[in-house]
Amino acid sequence: MSFIKEYIRTVYRAVSSLLKGMKLTGYYFTHHKEIITQNYPENRDTLNLPERFRGEVVLTHNEDNEHRCTGCTACELACPNGTIKIITQFDVNEEGKKKKALNTFIYHLELCTMCNLCIVACPTDAIKMAQNFEHSVYDRSKLTKTLNAPGSKLMEGVE
Amino acid sequence: MIEEVGTSTDGDLIINIGPQHPSTHGVLHLVVTLNGETVKKVEPHLGYIHRSIEKMCESLSYRQFIYVTSRMDYLSSHINNLGCAHAVEKGLQVEIPERAQVIRVLMSELTRLASHQLWWGAMAMDIGAITPFFHAFREREMINDIMEETCGARLTMNYMVPGGVMYDLHPDFQKKVKEFVQFFRSKFDEYDELLTGNVIFQARTKNVGIISKEDAISYGCTGPVARAAGVSCDVRKLFPYDVYGKLQFDEVLMEAGDSFARYQVRMGEMRQSLSIIDQLIDNIPEGEFQAKTKAVLKLPKGEYYSIVETARGELGVYIISEGGMTPYRIKFRSPGFSNLSALDHMARGSKIGDLVAIMGTLDLVIPDIDR
Amino acid sequence: MLSIESITGSIQDFLFANLPGFFAVLVQFALVGIFVISLFAVLGLVLVFMERKVSAYMQIRVGPNRVGFKGTAQTLADTLKLVLKEGLTPIGADKFLFNLAPFVVMIGAMLLMAPIPFARNVQIWDVNIGVLYISAISSIAVIGILMAGWASNNKYSLLGAMRSGAQIVSYELSAGLSIIAIVILSGSLQLSEIIASQENGWWIFKGHVPALIAFVIFIIAVTAETNRAPFDMAEAESELTAGFHTEYSGMRFALFFLAEYVNIFIACAIGATLFLGGWLPFHIGSWTAFNHIMDYIPSSIWFMGKTFFLIFIIMWFRWTFPRLRIDQLLNLEWKYLLPISLINVLIMTIIAILGWHF
Repeated sequence: MSFIKEYIRTVYRAVSSLLKGMKLTGYYFTHHKEIITQNYPENRDTLNLPERFRGEVVLTHNEDNEHRCTGCTACELACPNGTIKIITQFDVNEEGKKKKALNTFIYHLELCTMCNLCIVACPTDAIKMAQNFEHSVYDRSKLTKTLNAPGSKLMEGVE
Repeated sequence: MIEEVGTSTDGDLIINIGPQHPSTHGVLHLVVTLNGETVKKVEPHLGYIHRSIEKMCESLSYRQFIYVTSRMDYLSSHINNLGCAHAVEKGLQVEIPERAQVIRVLMSELTRLASHQLWWGAMAMDIGAITPFFHAFREREMINDIMEETCGARLTMNYMVPGGVMYDLHPDFQKKVKEFVQFFRSKFDEYDELLTGNVIFQARTKNVGIISKEDAISYGCTGPVARAAGVSCDVRKLFPYDVYGKLQFDEVLMEAGDSFARYQVRMGEMRQSLSIIDQLIDNIPEGEFQAKTKAVLKLPKGEYYSIVETARGELGVYIISEGGMTPYRIKFRSPGFSNLSALDHMARGSKIGDLVAIMGTLDLVIPDIDR
Repeated sequence: MLSIESITGSIQDFLFANLPGFFAVLVQFALVGIFVISLFAVLGLVLVFMERKVSAYMQIRVGPNRVGFKGTAQTLADTLKLVLKEGLTPIGADKFLFNLAPFVVMIGAMLLMAPIPFARNVQIWDVNIGVLYISAISSIAVIGILMAGWASNNKYSLLGAMRSGAQIVSYELSAGLSIIAIVILSGSLQLSEIIASQENGWWIFKGHVPALIAFVIFIIAVTAETNRAPFDMAEAESELTAGFHTEYSGMRFALFFLAEYVNIFIACAIGATLFLGGWLPFHIGSWTAFNHIMDYIPSSIWFMGKTFFLIFIIMWFRWTFPRLRIDQLLNLEWKYLLPISLINVLIMTIIAILGWHF
């Protein structure tokens, strides 16, 4: 008799544990408010990426097309992958002294791992991480970017 | 060597599970000798995702090499970075500010939670239930959002630097974490309803893949795999680092050593992580988040070793320095490798379905094993 | 009232009025063939979409919502993709059997459509051994699966096929026994007569607890017979990648896929016919007004409603439970379901002989 009792108890326990799970999935089936999926391309406008999100490295320019990069190559040295290549030139100022300045800031997005070490290394806060993450292009060469805008020059007072 | 596809000489079926297979969680290749449905031998083959991270680290400076280690055990990248930062700090002899230590522990525990949540979903998927995966991701997404806000990335954060952390906490951090902890507590019972109590799940995991205490030690298992067999091996308890020594938490230990015990250990660890976060979240001390270090780090000549407890077990970082800017040699002792080596022992004599369940409860991350 | 019965009746009248008898029958054959094939396709599309939506909502997702109106054309797009894809045949495969297998599975599913009463007096073939016919034909599917597993020359496929063989042979027993319980009650093997015997109440209500037990066992057994989770041993995605159809691609894979869903539909249709009164409306004893309203709903909608309710339950199983292991699967059948259904049939016989049912 105890065998049959045990048998029935096992069956009861098994069935009730299964029904418990079904109750949970049934709850989610009927409560569509719990859905967490975001409809991505549609919600592009409302997508709020945090300020610190690392999308790509940009060189900030102000309205007068001036940046803060002195061409010190600290970021180039800090980068573990050789993502940044800085080409410098020597400007001659009014006093006739030669001064190192930025010519071209080359940024290889295809090599970048968004580790943020260049941003930390920059002494003049010239570069920062932008929130753009839609990087896909059809041609790989498009991922090699020149960050300083054409005709831009160093901001006054940045050493 | 990898055996040719076919039957072996004594009529057993040799089957190659992986490197492309839905349940090997990456590119693990198992050569399984089967007798019908029964597993006779399991032979893991590695090397499909070997990126020579150790060699790469030798050419990177002490600041740079930390980010690479995020790519080893990508599910507990914070803790990997922490282990490396610890080793470097040992060489530099810097004092870490209290605030940085607390932030590090908080981040480690959040990472551990995220990792265990993913494991929970992925293991359920190995056993054949697909729904838990999505339910686990709901909570994991909240952690990822918290990480994104403070660290700037969701998976490979590179937030730990020698001397502290890269940034200070985001102003919303405490509020968001409290919200998450409350939400996760309310949903944790659903985990039990959906999976733990389920009779099919228990039948699939109980008395399956048993490893004894002695075997767990001799295979070098660490983390939840060893703790499920009764081996006390929690680095946070035995060799406390950062502020772990001052915290109240239990090391979850089980005796059975089967798949279900491993499951219970991880579920218990999630509860412990929540309690650690509870203890710290209102008590983050003010102060510096990073100790002052030189721009170019140079470790004195010598050997440095540090261990941390990742979500999978004990991670050892061993650095040999010749006094230069880059390490002479780096060796990582990854927990997954030792745990994987016990797979053959655990799976022998079980059914092929159980092999998958055992792999699920081992919580393997192949890039961590292969590096 | 517009019903399928009147449409088929008018087609019949029209054909026999305008054509000699032999040709009229021939045209009817063709019409039935077209009906079955189109039903096959439509069911596949509808059920796959339904499964996706059901799974999505249970998994707190949205599910397909891009192609067509609210994603309804998603399965159509997927079928189109499968049709356009190349059907690969592995080098070591037995080409003849490899190509034959999906058709065997599909034809088995199609044959099963014949005795199903879709609505009042709408039945392709009201054979007098309908239940026996269904039990016999539904075993053909396993031949197709074994064929696919063997011919693929792939070990995953072979393992999946072997599992499937063991599973279907075992679960056929309890499926058959639970059907027999109803046959005992109604005293007929003919599906139309089984429905007629439920005119005053469905068997699940009239047959006391044994009928309920038979119903539950039937649902479990058909879930296993159609290779659905938690009994999807033959596919076992996480263990055997895709089981017996690992090597299939393109349209041949689509045929397996369609056959699976049509098999579910048929199994649930039989369950609805035997236990839930088929196309009969829901009646409550003496509530005449209520019963009249229920009568007003077309019989085909009643049939479809009941069938889709059972399909939903089977989908609910799939998206909640983990998979069983092969030995546990066989244990469940031989240690639990088979003894229970044997005792159940015995009790049912006593009830039927003594006339205790309503």
